[in-house]
Amino acid sequence: MTAQLVVFYVLAAVTVVGSLGVVLTRNVVHAAFMLLVALLAVGGIFLVATAEFLALAQILIYGGAVTVVVLFAIMLTRSNEQPRADHSQKPIAALAAIGIFALLVVAFVATDVASLDQATNVGTATESGFEALGLGLFTDWAIPFEMTSLVLLVALIGAILLARNVEDGE
Amino acid sequence: MELELVHFQVLSAALFSIGIFGVLARRSAVMVLISIELMLNAVNVNLVGIAAFSDRAADVRVFGQILVVFIITLAAAEIGLALAIVLRVFRNRGSANVDELNVMKW
Repeated sequence: MTAQLVVFYVLAAVTVVGSLGVVLTRNVVHAAFMLLVALLAVGGIFLVATAEFLALAQILIYGGAVTVVVLFAIMLTRSNEQPRADHSQKPIAALAAIGIFALLVVAFVATDVASLDQATNVGTATESGFEALGLGLFTDWAIPFEMTSLVLLVALIGAILLARNVEDGE
Repeated sequence: MELELVHFQVLSAALFSIGIFGVLARRSAVMVLISIELMLNAVNVNLVGIAAFSDRAADVRVFGQILVVFIITLAAAEIGLALAIVLRVFRNRGSANVDELNVMKW
């Protein structure tokens, strides 16, 4: 077992335990913090796969922004009574999740990804991932990149409009 | 034993199915959105894994990572907008539980 594999296993275990915590805990605030743990571990997985920029973006966006927004939403949508956290269709949900997991694993193991299989070049990348990523983003993917900034702007305006209190406006 | 592509894929499958379970089993709309974030991250893990193990040239390989950049951006936009909608629904109806929001259900 290489050190890389050990690190991957540790991070994968943290990710899976964290996300199981998200969907199984009764307390929604705990769920938000478990989400933070799981997503930071995913950032670590990105580092193992030599995607440094994505690891950084993951920590900044999920650790910084998304968790805070989710916590705010949890605080603002709190009702007084503590109702049951789970839907009545929970057993069916578990069945569906296990079925999809089995299907995906079988598909992944059975698929012979011919052009991907033989390569084990994680960690042997000579040049910095940042450079290739930046070049790709601002040459081949420049127009989609600009489009995402438009999407973010529209989402920002929409979120402000939706969350605004209409009664004390106008 | 070496780190292989299938490790990333199995982790991605696990994250995705946990997300599916969360979407179907939780009552709070906020929890459903958190589970959707888990599923988006499963897709990201898969894409990053394939990008890392592809034997193409580095400038082609990085496309997988570029897709992940877009997914992270759109996920951030999605959660901001969706939580604003959840807030609005909570204010109008006094509940943010998906099984109580059945006005439009036939």
